Amino acid sequence: MGNDTKYKARTFRAVGTRPVRPDGIDKVTGRARYGADFSMPGQLVGRVLRSDVPHATIKKIETAKAEALPGVKAVITAKDLPDYTDGDEELYAVLDNCMARKKVLYDGHAVAAVAAVDEKTARAALKLIEVEYKIHKHVTDVDEAFKPSAPVIRKDCFTTGVKPRPKKASNVSACSEFGHGNIKKGFKEADVIIERQFKTGQTHQGYIEPHACVGSISPDGSGDLWVCTQGHFVYRQMCSQLLGMDQSRLRVTSSEIGGGFGGKTHIWIEPVALALSRKANQPVKVVMSREEVFRASGPTSATSIDVKMGVTKDGRITAGEATLRYASGPYPGSWAQLGAMTAFACYDMPNVKTTGYEVLVNRPKTTAYRAPSAPMAAFAVESVIDELAKEISMDAVDLRIKNSAQEGTQSSYGPVYGPIGIGATLEAAREHPHMKAPLGENQGRGMACGFWFNFGGQSCTSLNIAEDGSVTLTVGTIDVGGARASLSLVVAEELGVEYEQVKTVIGDTGTLGFNEMTDGSRGTFASSMSAIVSVRQAIVQLKSRAAQIWDIPVDAVEWKDGHAVATGRGAKNRQPLSVADIAASAAKTGGPLAGHAQIVADGAGVSFATHICDVEVDPDTGRSTILRYTVLQDAGKAVHPTYVEGQFQGGAAQGIGWALNEEYIYGKDGRLQNPGFLDYRIPVCSDLPMIDTQILEIPNPNHPYGVRGVGETSIVPPLAAIANAVSNATGVRMTQVPMSPPRVLEALDEHLAMSRRRKRA
Amino acid sequence: MSLLIETTVNGDQREFVCEADETLMDALRNRMSLTGVKEGCGTGDCGACSILLDGELVCSCLVLGAEAAGRTIETVEGISDGDELHPLQQKFLEHAALQCGICTPGFLVAAKALLERNPNPTEEEIRYGLAGNLCRCTGYDKIVRAVQAAAVEMNGES
Ligand code: FES
Ligand code: FES
Repeated sequence: MGNDTKYKARTFRAVGTRPVRPDGIDKVTGRARYGADFSMPGQLVGRVLRSDVPHATIKKIETAKAEALPGVKAVITAKDLPDYTDGDEELYAVLDNCMARKKVLYDGHAVAAVAAVDEKTARAALKLIEVEYKIHKHVTDVDEAFKPSAPVIRKDCFTTGVKPRPKKASNVSACSEFGHGNIKKGFKEADVIIERQFKTGQTHQGYIEPHACVGSISPDGSGDLWVCTQGHFVYRQMCSQLLGMDQSRLRVTSSEIGGGFGGKTHIWIEPVALALSRKANQPVKVVMSREEVFRASGPTSATSIDVKMGVTKDGRITAGEATLRYASGPYPGSWAQLGAMTAFACYDMPNVKTTGYEVLVNRPKTTAYRAPSAPMAAFAVESVIDELAKEISMDAVDLRIKNSAQEGTQSSYGPVYGPIGIGATLEAAREHPHMKAPLGENQGRGMACGFWFNFGGQSCTSLNIAEDGSVTLTVGTIDVGGARASLSLVVAEELGVEYEQVKTVIGDTGTLGFNEMTDGSRGTFASSMSAIVSVRQAIVQLKSRAAQIWDIPVDAVEWKDGHAVATGRGAKNRQPLSVADIAASAAKTGGPLAGHAQIVADGAGVSFATHICDVEVDPDTGRSTILRYTVLQDAGKAVHPTYVEGQFQGGAAQGIGWALNEEYIYGKDGRLQNPGFLDYRIPVCSDLPMIDTQILEIPNPNHPYGVRGVGETSIVPPLAAIANAVSNATGVRMTQVPMSPPRVLEALDEHLAMSRRRKRA
Repeated sequence: MSLLIETTVNGDQREFVCEADETLMDALRNRMSLTGVKEGCGTGDCGACSILLDGELVCSCLVLGAEAAGRTIETVEGISDGDELHPLQQKFLEHAALQCGICTPGFLVAAKALLERNPNPTEEEIRYGLAGNLCRCTGYDKIVRAVQAAAVEMNGES
């Protein structure tokens, strides 16, 4: 017990059931408070002025007219956010992204902000701010930006990770390499080699709730921030650093969050709201418009990827190589690195090499989006594997099973795997009825696999037992989609009480130690581990109190089914004591009952999925319709299976949007042309079928209940699964997503023209 | 210019003051504290701000506050009957038809309008009936199932 968090097989009583979530009732009645629903007395409205040019030096910002407008309480520019970053380049990039300092680097880059008594005045004030720019050449396409001839966005950008260090600045900020074996030798052993180039569009996380916060800095320099975020402790850390305050002087309270998917791991308007509040000496609320969300927050990388793979006739993959170029926006990132690590992670590769290039472009700063960077790499690799299977006339699932990674396999990014589920999800896919269902004309079936690392990290939780024996678990990791239900289940399980007796709440940054964000699928994994340790601490307390009540030694007390049970002599006369019994006499036995835990949750346990998808492609319009979709994924242990299914389905739907429709479109002028849900079209209800799920449970050895993260992997396979399905439906290999109707139609026409030419020849 | 608007909201006679160019969504949220009406886009594309105006489903971000004068408004806050949840609310909870929940008020209002119009919709009718509401979390599967289950329950009772 205690701090031993290794997996132990057990029969579950609460975990694995499907109760209604505790925060649900407020969400179906409209009571739940999200980012924009919170207000402070006397708050002002803050709005941000954004650049309408993609690349320019700021020559002058004239704010006097705006300041003079009645009702305007503060106008700020970068000057009001002095640089406290102390040589930390990453943090400086965050600061510069929140408010451009010398140059604007993309359409939508913040240049100034106002706080006024109302929205109307704030808007009017923005119009009175005059910015004078010196325009520079811009570049928004990843391949264009990669070229040596491209306009260089940062004169101080010299590619790291290559030797010798380049003498010329370029848009390639870093290069990273992974792999083992000898790919030259591997390709020599292959009977069939396929080499392809792929491209993926830039997508946005597309959370329905825009970023929103209320910031308040008091005259004594202490502050409060109410905000929708995936990590309020991280927001506190970053905001306080950028504002030059002690972390503990800023209290951050997280609201309910209306979706994040990685996009709310990062700060944008929050330091601006705080700086406005500091200047105006009043609380300031800033809510992004949808257009701002698209232009200035979030997006994932646009990519360009080359993949080469070799296979023997009998289906043994001998070598794989990938070169990945990922756009990171105008600031250095490590997105290509993640792509390079994940690209071949599903397979046992004897010879493998991946190279990732981080490419600067005049687009918004790239942020994590669900299993960041993995879907694009999987799109490329899984497409090539399908082609290899065809070339050697082997079933695509069988080829994958034959080469899948197993316990003991050295992963393509380095570590050796423990027990993993890739083989199991593939076997389950092969046996799934979906695989055998008949297909009609213009229809095709595709499948693909996906991998995600999963993270753990720092967590801190408190368990408090009230005088009546009911239990509150306070966690510091944000609940983005049902985690409170899962954590209550875990506490009920470990303590041996009913689910209804436990309430899980999210504490503000003043109530707990540091917690990492809800990212990397760590929320339920790490918080539940910490919760279990908290419960175990509380049980130590409960047992010692019972011993006092009975006046027997503490080691004569056992904890069983939610009760203290006396053992040894005289035990028969002592009725077991419930949590409520012990809580009732807490005042006489040593005071409140609680259990506190602070841990680093290691060993998150990698996760794998296999997706199957049926598509019908209309040959006249190029439109693809998803007919059927099945997700098979390893969850380790599904704490609340309904919400696990929900994660599988949600990730698949986002992947479907990415595969078929979603993409940032930039004009020649370097401006984003579709910053709204009408033109950036995410899947709607009528676009999708039911999404079937199958949860596999291969316990994670590093969690007491075997839990793995489940949130992200489900977005990794869809791009490839759908591309494979479209290719099987049409006979044309699609190498670019989104496979929007015009793009598919063009590929179909080209294919037709080519086969006509061939016939004629 | 400010206007005084008299209207009926969730069964109550209400008065509010709003600017001539203020949306009904803003008036409901900011003047009447009905923050169950959510803003996802402000341009009529997401359905998070859905309300019933004289029984008709509308995006309140596309309606002016002034247009509410003399009319009847129903928001998510008015869906339940006292502490008795509407079957849709109950089924959304049971089926986990919400993850983050920001889209939920809009879906509930839209689904209620749908079932009033068509008490026995097919899956396809539900999907098209709710196509004006965006959900980024669920993939819609559990939302459709919750609406189906609510329809069954509502029909059973009548
Ligand atoms: S806020 Fe009205 S439709 Fe999106
Ligand atoms: S539940 Fe999050 S948008 Fe629908």
